[in-house]
Amino acid sequence: MDFPILTYMIFIPLVGMVVVMTMRKEAHNAIRYTSSFFSLVVFVLSCILAIQYDSSIPDMQFVENVSWIPSLGINYFLGVDGISVPMLFLTGLLSFISIVASFGITNRVKEYFAFFLLLEVGMIGVFCALDFFLFYIFWEIMLVPMYFLIGVWGGPRKEYAAIKFFLYTLFGSVLMLVGIIALYFYAEPHTLNMMELIRRNSTYGYTFQLIVFAAFYVGFAIKVPAWPFHTWLPDAHVEAPTAVSVILAGVLLKMGTYGLMRISYPMFPEAAVYYSIPVALIGMIAIIYGAFVSMAQKDLKKLVAYSSVSHMGYCMLGLAALTTAGWAGCMYQMFSHGVLTGALFLLVGVLYDRAHTREIAAFGGIGAKVPLFTGIFVLFGMGSLGLPGLSGFVAEFMTFIGAFNSGYVYQWIVIVSILGVVLTAGYILRMVQNVFLGPLNTRWEGLTEINGRELFTVIPLAVLTILLGVWPKPLVSMISVSIDNIVKMITG
Amino acid sequence: MIEYSYIIAFLPLLSYLLIVFFFSKNNKVAHTVSITAILASFVLSVIVFFEVLANHGPHIFEYEWISMPGFELPLSLYIDPLAAVMLLVVTIVSSCVHIYSVGYMHGDPRYPRFFSFLSLFSFSMLGLVISGTFFGTFIFWELVGLTSYLLIGFWFEKKVAADAGKKAFVTTKIGDLGFLAGLLILSAAAGTFNYSEVYHLIENNQIPVIFITAAGILMFCGAIGKSAQFPLHVWLPDAMEGPTPVSALIHAATMVAAGVYLTARIMSIIVVSHSAAITIAYIGGITALLAASIGLVQNDIKRVLAYSTVSQLGYMILALGCGGYTAGTFHLMTHAFFKALLFLGAGSVIHAVHTNDIQFMGGLSKKMPITSKTFFIASLSIAGIFPLSGFWSKDEIFATILHEGHWFLLVLAVLVAGMTAFYMFRLCFLTFTGKPRDEHAYEHAHESPNTMTYPLIFLAILAVCAGWVGIPWLHHGYASFVYFHHPHHPEPNFALMIIGTIVALAGIYLAYLMYYKRAIDPVKMAERFKPVYTFLFNKWYFDELYMGTVIRFTYWFMEVLFRFDQVVIDGFVNFCGKFGLFNSRIWMTFDVYVVDGAVNGAGYITRWFAGGLRRIQSGAVQNYAFVIFLGVVLLILFRMM
Repeated sequence: MDFPILTYMIFIPLVGMVVVMTMRKEAHNAIRYTSSFFSLVVFVLSCILAIQYDSSIPDMQFVENVSWIPSLGINYFLGVDGISVPMLFLTGLLSFISIVASFGITNRVKEYFAFFLLLEVGMIGVFCALDFFLFYIFWEIMLVPMYFLIGVWGGPRKEYAAIKFFLYTLFGSVLMLVGIIALYFYAEPHTLNMMELIRRNSTYGYTFQLIVFAAFYVGFAIKVPAWPFHTWLPDAHVEAPTAVSVILAGVLLKMGTYGLMRISYPMFPEAAVYYSIPVALIGMIAIIYGAFVSMAQKDLKKLVAYSSVSHMGYCMLGLAALTTAGWAGCMYQMFSHGVLTGALFLLVGVLYDRAHTREIAAFGGIGAKVPLFTGIFVLFGMGSLGLPGLSGFVAEFMTFIGAFNSGYVYQWIVIVSILGVVLTAGYILRMVQNVFLGPLNTRWEGLTEINGRELFTVIPLAVLTILLGVWPKPLVSMISVSIDNIVKMITG
Repeated sequence: MIEYSYIIAFLPLLSYLLIVFFFSKNNKVAHTVSITAILASFVLSVIVFFEVLANHGPHIFEYEWISMPGFELPLSLYIDPLAAVMLLVVTIVSSCVHIYSVGYMHGDPRYPRFFSFLSLFSFSMLGLVISGTFFGTFIFWELVGLTSYLLIGFWFEKKVAADAGKKAFVTTKIGDLGFLAGLLILSAAAGTFNYSEVYHLIENNQIPVIFITAAGILMFCGAIGKSAQFPLHVWLPDAMEGPTPVSALIHAATMVAAGVYLTARIMSIIVVSHSAAITIAYIGGITALLAASIGLVQNDIKRVLAYSTVSQLGYMILALGCGGYTAGTFHLMTHAFFKALLFLGAGSVIHAVHTNDIQFMGGLSKKMPITSKTFFIASLSIAGIFPLSGFWSKDEIFATILHEGHWFLLVLAVLVAGMTAFYMFRLCFLTFTGKPRDEHAYEHAHESPNTMTYPLIFLAILAVCAGWVGIPWLHHGYASFVYFHHPHHPEPNFALMIIGTIVALAGIYLAYLMYYKRAIDPVKMAERFKPVYTFLFNKWYFDELYMGTVIRFTYWFMEVLFRFDQVVIDGFVNFCGKFGLFNSRIWMTFDVYVVDGAVNGAGYITRWFAGGLRRIQSGAVQNYAFVIFLGVVLLILFRMM
């Protein structure tokens, strides 16, 4: 590997952060453009990575492996496969978009963008790291800027939400750390090399697998968030500023499922089979429960937040299936949900900036006033409810097919889960109707249409959701070989 | 041309994109683009039709869509006689509606958007027709649902319109759940969604009948939703809030027929599974009767037509359930023409008098000669009067039911024919004959512009002639083109033809007596049969029933779950947080008073001690000498003891 592209992707935002910190506090625009520039560079690199990636081989690519702390066997070990490349692309895109969407921040601009770039370091790092120590460091690095981004720039209950988020996810991290340490001492010779640990998965005892799998599962499930560990999410979303919500929903939640795919399942294959019914049940409950609770929401942002709980349930169901189609559905859903929900949060933010309220009942009939905004919002809403032609449908369908034909999951679980489709249609349409349709609420006579910068942030996502919906081949072929490899390894 | 028949669907899509991105402000260009696209699709459909006529096929072309190790999800084209006929029907009706809309939607502020939606609908519907896999059908199935939603709620400022769109979408989505579940079962049992492969597996008994039945009935649930069959028929009448051309195209002629089309596509299942066949036939029969009975007493011109549509769709489903592939699809075709005509005629009337309520119409035939004449022709056709299209297709259905020996269903079907004739002519007489009941509306009424009347005339011709292709004496007619497995030539059954005609004439005569001659007073009749009348007028209380059960339960349950989420799940999290905080307080107290107290206490004791000891350290030598002396004395004393 001549050009260490992964290292560049991880550390360019860090350089950006340092640069931003040296800038004058009042130079708001300079700070904004500098941050956008650095995140744009990362995005371009992630595109190059996606193009250069050879999807026909399941092995790790772009590997960088340097000894770091030899006494503990810790390496600076990076590499990507078909699971991480799409996630890196998504991270690069959403980070850039979120930074552009944050131009409206006027309070402590310098610190805000510095934290945002640090957050990007952590996110990219997690998706590249193949050494547990490195992985854990990046995992924890994300928490700090996220805590401050919610706690400083958030809404009225920001302290509560930030602390809840921080402690809850920290609790998960600690469980994960326990798992890592257990693995380290169990493996002979001791190693923190994730690939090596996966290679040795047949040497782990059954009970050991069951216990450590559970520890990792809870750690990751909190991040997903899988039912019943989800209650930090609505609070965090409602209080977080728009761009932070985008990152939270678009990237951070995916780390949970990514961790399950990268660590829990391949490292503990017997436990994965053992737990497939409970995981599928959790997925089913999340889908139905999340949809019902979304329907009961009165706050637009909270509705989208709970819809994430429902949508991430599909990922759980797909994972539990232990089939290529199910896993591909899960992966597709991760990507698609990042795009759709990211866009929905951006749009809710656009509306909130103008109306200063997110209460669904306060609106009504604004579709006639802001047709372009409405059109775009409905597009993403339709994507969210799984309309064919948009990305969510492909993901859901593959998940259902994969789970129904799995053999590890009861078929009735899948049949109950498809009820989620109609419930989702119910809450999305209800929301669309109450906000956009009907007679115009005279309070919004002066509502202005979505502006150029805001359009710039959502158009790429709109293009992506349509493209992924009508032409799934590029993403599917990128992920399928790696996924097939892992699934085959688990199910033998 | 057949291998490129996807172009037929993509032309309207192109038109949609062009209008949305380039001509969203230009009325004239928008409708020109849209109409050109659909007419071009029509021309191509004609070419395809003749190619299929020469070679029945089916012509199958497969395309890779999703492909990964161990999992394939292809899309394909499947052009057979049924698809070819459907392409013609859809493009003809759609073209008429496009042209008609130029007049009807004139002056609407969202005029280009209307045409873009029409194009999007045409794309979805044509895609549905040519798709060769159940999966592909499902994709377009959902897309027509979307366009239906968008067009019903086109005037979304009206709350009823927005509500109706939502109701249509959610209700049909419930049926689609069945479709989806059916697809899952098919994927497990057959491992493929391709029509041809599924048919092949079923016909060679390679799938257990129980799975076939389950898949068949579940997929038919999709048809129940989309074709507004009992018990999911409730959305269609509300859908009449959409602009009338939309009602004609989507909610009468084409989209609602998609359920019938799908049912025809699962004919292999119906043939193999007796229970699936019986279920389908009875659902169709019940729907036909239910909707016709409601249609007898409604006063909204479009709603009467909507119930009539539901009822006629019931006929088609009934025929298919009896194995009448030819009969069901034949009625689908003839119905598409005369029902589109009826709706466009109703639209013409509404355009003139600005009301949907037939109680405020009357005598309009003088003002609107073309509209009234074409409307009468269509009514005769739907009533099944010789020799119009409806007569032939309805007769074919009766013959099929008789052939299967379902006597009960046959009686029911004949009864429905009488009711159909009655409510259609009730509508005709109340609208076009007699004295105007609203002078003001009558004064302002006028015949519609040419863009609206020409499509009426064209459709009227089809309403008369389209059925002639299916005349039983014709040897190379419809039955030898669209058939299942092998063409069947039913013997013309004169008894059935005569019975059908008598019943239809009786219905018309009753309507004539009540609403033209006024020999029987309808108001008195309503008084006399008050409970029945109210029951029918309120549509058998289906809306109230669903409102009071399913919807109420959903709203209740969502609140319960939300409370549970806040109180129990989040409550536990907060409790953990509070508990942690409480614990830390206890430990802090312990820390302050015990741990810190111990540290401080130790210090204090040391100091106190030191304070005591300090006194001794006086530095005076004589004191030290004295102490030493005392010590020595004590030691000596101790020693002595």
